[in-house]
Amino acid sequence: MVIPLSYSFRNLWTRRLTTVLTASGMAMVVFVFAATLMLAEGLQKTLIATGSPDNVVVIRKGSVSEVQSGVERNQASIVESQPEIAIGSNGRQLLAKELVVLINLPKRDSNKPSNVVIRGVGEESLLLRPQVRLVEGRMPRPGSAEVVAGMNIAKRFKGGGLGETLRFGMRTWTVVGVFDAGATGFSSEIWGDVDQLMQAFRRPVYSSVVFKLRDTGQFQALKERIESDPRLTLEAKRETRYYEDQSEAMATFLRIMGLALTIIFSLGAVIGAMITMYAAVANRITEIGTLRALGFTRTSILIAFVCEALFLGLLGGVVGMVCASFMQLITISTMNWQSFAELAFSFTLTPSIIGKGLLFSLVMGLVGGVLPAFRAANMKIVDALRAS
Amino acid sequence: MFILKLIIRNCFRHPLRLLLTIAGVAVAVIAFGLLRTLVELWYLGAESSSSTRLITRNSISLVFSLPISYKEKIRQVQGVEKVANANWFGGIYKTEKNFFPNFAVDPQNYLDLYPEFVLSPEERGAFLRDRKGAVAGRKLAAKHGWKIGDQITLKGTIFPGQWEFVLRGIYRGAQRTTDESQFFFHWNYLNETLKQTMARRADQTGIFVIGVKKADQAAEAAEAVDAQFKNSLAETLTETEKAFQLSFVAMTEAIVIAIQIVSYVVIVIIMVVAANTMAMTARERIAEYATLKALGFGPFHIGGVIFGESLAISLAGGALGIALTFPAAGWIETELSQFFPVFHVTTVTVLLDLAAATVVGSVAAIFPTWRGVTIRVADGLRRIG
Repeated sequence: MVIPLSYSFRNLWTRRLTTVLTASGMAMVVFVFAATLMLAEGLQKTLIATGSPDNVVVIRKGSVSEVQSGVERNQASIVESQPEIAIGSNGRQLLAKELVVLINLPKRDSNKPSNVVIRGVGEESLLLRPQVRLVEGRMPRPGSAEVVAGMNIAKRFKGGGLGETLRFGMRTWTVVGVFDAGATGFSSEIWGDVDQLMQAFRRPVYSSVVFKLRDTGQFQALKERIESDPRLTLEAKRETRYYEDQSEAMATFLRIMGLALTIIFSLGAVIGAMITMYAAVANRITEIGTLRALGFTRTSILIAFVCEALFLGLLGGVVGMVCASFMQLITISTMNWQSFAELAFSFTLTPSIIGKGLLFSLVMGLVGGVLPAFRAANMKIVDALRAS
Repeated sequence: MFILKLIIRNCFRHPLRLLLTIAGVAVAVIAFGLLRTLVELWYLGAESSSSTRLITRNSISLVFSLPISYKEKIRQVQGVEKVANANWFGGIYKTEKNFFPNFAVDPQNYLDLYPEFVLSPEERGAFLRDRKGAVAGRKLAAKHGWKIGDQITLKGTIFPGQWEFVLRGIYRGAQRTTDESQFFFHWNYLNETLKQTMARRADQTGIFVIGVKKADQAAEAAEAVDAQFKNSLAETLTETEKAFQLSFVAMTEAIVIAIQIVSYVVIVIIMVVAANTMAMTARERIAEYATLKALGFGPFHIGGVIFGESLAISLAGGALGIALTFPAAGWIETELSQFFPVFHVTTVTVLLDLAAATVVGSVAAIFPTWRGVTIRVADGLRRIG
């Protein structure tokens, strides 16, 4: 069976304006589709990359995030005495008792305040998070009113840059370093000495205890022991799991939102494709008749028109994905509802999103083109040739 | 008259195409209207705030509390009429999916300060008398099938434990836009329990809601309150209720902006579709335009015919879209009530919908009109569609 494919493609070129308009409509739909998926992906990637699977976070039972949690000093000591905790090269336990609170800081560009995580860290905190790397200045000296800020805070918030000062808890804090934690939640945090911060905030309890496991397989036993200890009202989560939970609500919202938008938008684009293809068929009745008279079968004509529509869709899909790939340069900074704190994340493009976007564009083309293609294929030769 | 007739006849020449275009514009207008309503929802808290209410919170951030002893000191500030304290409780009813805002409040003053939460005198009295009493909004109660006298248990996330309440009242909103999905109970109940279980956290509250007599006293009162607690262990930040609500909007601004951009993208998409349709229509009829010209009709006539057709189709789509926006919004309000307690399409949105449809029709007609007006008679007649 011969399919007049070149005929189909040449037609798209002949009706350039129509082709460009229809394809750009679909390109925009694919763009929106891909952009929302990329956003949800970026958010989830960022929060998942924040945790590491060997680390365990212990927070108060029932609290959703570290900010709501409270771990009394004596409870922290009990956790500290668990045998599963790894020992570092300096002979000390790889464990940090941390304080996590939110402070209100104004943004550099808009002066609008937002909630920023400030984490009181211990000496082992840095060892527990190998992804955190100091890029400027130095780490704060224990016992001093000094803090280090994550890259996203240093860039976006007033008083967050190297050498600048922050005022809270009746003290002035100097930013003595800037750290980069890549695409993780830590890049949107400020770190300081835990004891100094607890004093400043008049908060005599820790928020969480974080430690590394000696052997990652021991997690379940440890979790059961901590959670059934009557002296503790705590729960243990793997750090990866903890951060995944933090991203769930927002990522789901972005996905549902994206899906709803895309479905509505694609209706518009499919209608556009349908109008174009119907017109393409209506304008070419004589040509179709000629093709049929030349010996092309009904199936060939059907496939040719479906291919034309698919190609139109693919064209839109490719343009849309190319535009969407530029979105990777943009970093979004917004409040994560679950942790109530500012979090910066980027649009992230993955092969699966590219695949979904292109597939989606093909489906749009197919749905738009299939009915007109049937109309073209079902024409009688004589009627078609007679049409003016 | 003649032109009108021509426009209408022209519209119906391709019934299928007409139908598809109208459907396309209608879908776009519905999407635009719903997205606009969603954006307005973000600002709903700020819009429905009162200019005589101020909110005082800890200046470090909202997660830090204020001592309850501040209440009397605030009451003494010039211009302050009423003070109520409120605490975000963050309780969960059964599962996290059932999220609704719940607050521990000073019941008498709080209800006085928020007259938009309407309670019958009997229910109000019953709520005030019962320390374990609680009040829920009409929508919230309907969703969970709560009746007055029901026992409700919330699981605390910020304040650990299982907290039991007795529903003593169901409020309804004074305005269409009042949030009817909130839940309040006695702050004293929370505090007395905390005194026994976590004494360190007792006698603290999240925010103070301050009522001033006149709106023009608000700024002065806010300053006076903050000055009172300067250099104390818990410095305060007092702002109007509107500013307080807007600060929440600002935190998620990126999402609002994204939705706004997307709502315009849908209009652009449909504009492209409509422009394409009109361009095809004009291409098919170029010989007719030349004929009309040859008969002596001026460029204005031809332009009017094309423009009129485009506008008529897109306005028909717009009207259909607007008509369908209301049932769609109603559906969202009932089906997705846990996300959107209120989903009310405003007049402004309807007008914007109309404007969008007009713009789509006009922009779509530009190129074909230009082609129709400038085509030379001989060229047009010579052309084979």
